[in-house]
Amino acid sequence: MEKRVTFGRWTIGILFAVPQLLLIFTFFYWPAGQAVYWSLTLQQPWGGGNIWVGLDNFRSILANADYWNSITASLVFAGISTGLAMVVALVLAALTDRQLAGSRLYRVVLIWPYGIAAPALALAFRFILAPEAGFMAVVNKLWPGFWDPGLDGADAMASIIIAFSWKYVGYNFIFFLAAFQAIPRSLIEAAAMDGSGVIRRFRDIQFPLITPTIFFLLVINITESFQDSFGIVDIMTAGGPANATNLMVYKIYSDGFKGLDYSGAAAQSIILMLLIIALTIVQFRFIERRVHYR
Amino acid sequence: MASITIRGVKKNYAKTQVVHGVDLDFTSGEFVVILGPSGCGKSTLLRMIAGLEEISDGTIAIDGKVVNKLEPRERGCAMVFQNYALYPHMSVAQNIGYSLKVAGVPSAERAQRIQAVARVLELEHLLDRKPMALSGGQRQRVAMGRAMIREPKVFLFDEPLSNLDAKLRVQMRSEIRKLHRRLNATSVFVTHDQVEAMTLADRLVVMNAGRVEQVGTPAEVYSRPASRFVATFVGAPAMNMLEGEVTLDGVSLLGGSRKLNVSRAGLSVGAKVAVGVRPEAMRMVAPGTPGALEATVDLIEELGAGRVIYVDLDGAPFSIVTSEIVHPEPGSTVGLQFTESDLHFFSSETGGRLDVFRASVPEPALQG
Repeated sequence: MEKRVTFGRWTIGILFAVPQLLLIFTFFYWPAGQAVYWSLTLQQPWGGGNIWVGLDNFRSILANADYWNSITASLVFAGISTGLAMVVALVLAALTDRQLAGSRLYRVVLIWPYGIAAPALALAFRFILAPEAGFMAVVNKLWPGFWDPGLDGADAMASIIIAFSWKYVGYNFIFFLAAFQAIPRSLIEAAAMDGSGVIRRFRDIQFPLITPTIFFLLVINITESFQDSFGIVDIMTAGGPANATNLMVYKIYSDGFKGLDYSGAAAQSIILMLLIIALTIVQFRFIERRVHYR
Repeated sequence: MASITIRGVKKNYAKTQVVHGVDLDFTSGEFVVILGPSGCGKSTLLRMIAGLEEISDGTIAIDGKVVNKLEPRERGCAMVFQNYALYPHMSVAQNIGYSLKVAGVPSAERAQRIQAVARVLELEHLLDRKPMALSGGQRQRVAMGRAMIREPKVFLFDEPLSNLDAKLRVQMRSEIRKLHRRLNATSVFVTHDQVEAMTLADRLVVMNAGRVEQVGTPAEVYSRPASRFVATFVGAPAMNMLEGEVTLDGVSLLGGSRKLNVSRAGLSVGAKVAVGVRPEAMRMVAPGTPGALEATVDLIEELGAGRVIYVDLDGAPFSIVTSEIVHPEPGSTVGLQFTESDLHFFSSETGGRLDVFRASVPEPALQG
């Protein structure tokens, strides 16, 4: 029996697809197309026409040292926060997988951070990591000047990385735990019979078998670290100090809406989009080969 | 090669006890089969020997050394799992050689030993494949190879054949038997399949509800079942059971006016008993034959080499296996005969064997 649904006339199939196509067109292709158009023109800040300038916007952005600084900051942020969020989640999930009592509670509790809006989360971390009060104040008292995200760019970067990772640890944990639990217990037992200890079993059996999940989370985490970081940066550092945390997504906003350089911001968002696409392609081309699908 | 000594072993999960004190001795080089229905605790017992389950009470010793607190890898056992448990991301060669790799055996020696094992199991042409690309029988052989390569003191099998089709199962059964003869390692094989158990075992352990019911050679277990449970669990079709009460001159059957005219030696009058007789020990005779029980035919199962005739004896189901070519019509009446020495008596209360009957009472012992 044919399992697919088939339609007598192709028009019926198209009709079913139209609502979804409309949504994608309205909220993705149209704005993206508009951004491409803006990036190739010079827009008046208060409306009233534009001038076609070709690739001039891109040339001026790429010639700007501030922009390269922003790309570097974004890559550092993406690399460290993805690594941190994934490693912490992986360790937590591996430990939880061994002693399962209460794992349903962990699942619920650990997904919550992901549900918190970035600005709310950022505000909380702004207090938690404030240099003048709370825990970090104690540290500063012991080593004066050790921590000041308002003055030190590295401290500011560390703050937003911590806040972002905290949000994604829970998200990653859920996926890692599910992946660990999908590994048949008898495989672990067989490895134990083969003389393999806990660490060795993790390295030889569990880790290779969860590589599809690791790969999926890597793609998601990197992509999100370029996009979902806006709210955290805006509340915690507003791009400072001295542009140290002026990530690409935040620079688009500040150049466009604060600096009223719509065209430059549009060009930046095109570059950001291309960068994310390129990174994703690289991951699929070179990392996916090492993934063991069962 | 190693002996295994099990003393008073119990297993509790939270508050439920699933193994209630088991004492067993397996001698070195022996092939022991633990047989029982699902949930009887046989796999749990095996996993306690392997070190995959904690022992709640009692001791297990391998070669005289108590292993209760030892990790699985320190016990010198190898195990073949029901679902094979092959590592899906490793090739056949890597699967077989994993234990050697963990043990730090140099790769040249490892390759050589993998080759040797593959040759025995006829897996040489499959060494580069992944388990995904193997058939059930091949996966089974890889799982055996993985256990063999370590040259373990003890082989543990956890229902390894139950995922195979009938034909392969027979084939793998004889391969396991041959392998055991070659390696001569102490083997413990858990199964719920009595044919597997009877054909493989040097000694059979029958378990039920967390207790050992009987230990003996397959022939002993079949011919002198120690309890009503063993009598009905071992043998297919199951042993026929007739409930009755001991009277002065025999056993009167419940649910009818019939009487078994047997010598009463040792049975106390008034005791409730179950009288068992194997379907293979029954003879079918013409109705009305003196001394035969009469019953109504329900159903006939043709097996080719023989046939199973299901009859109704005063409401109790009864089966007869015969190799004679007979085809009684369903609904017709037949006569049944058996010999007193073929009868087994069990207490209706405890289910234990009432061991009173000497063998060899030749003449038919039945009266309608």
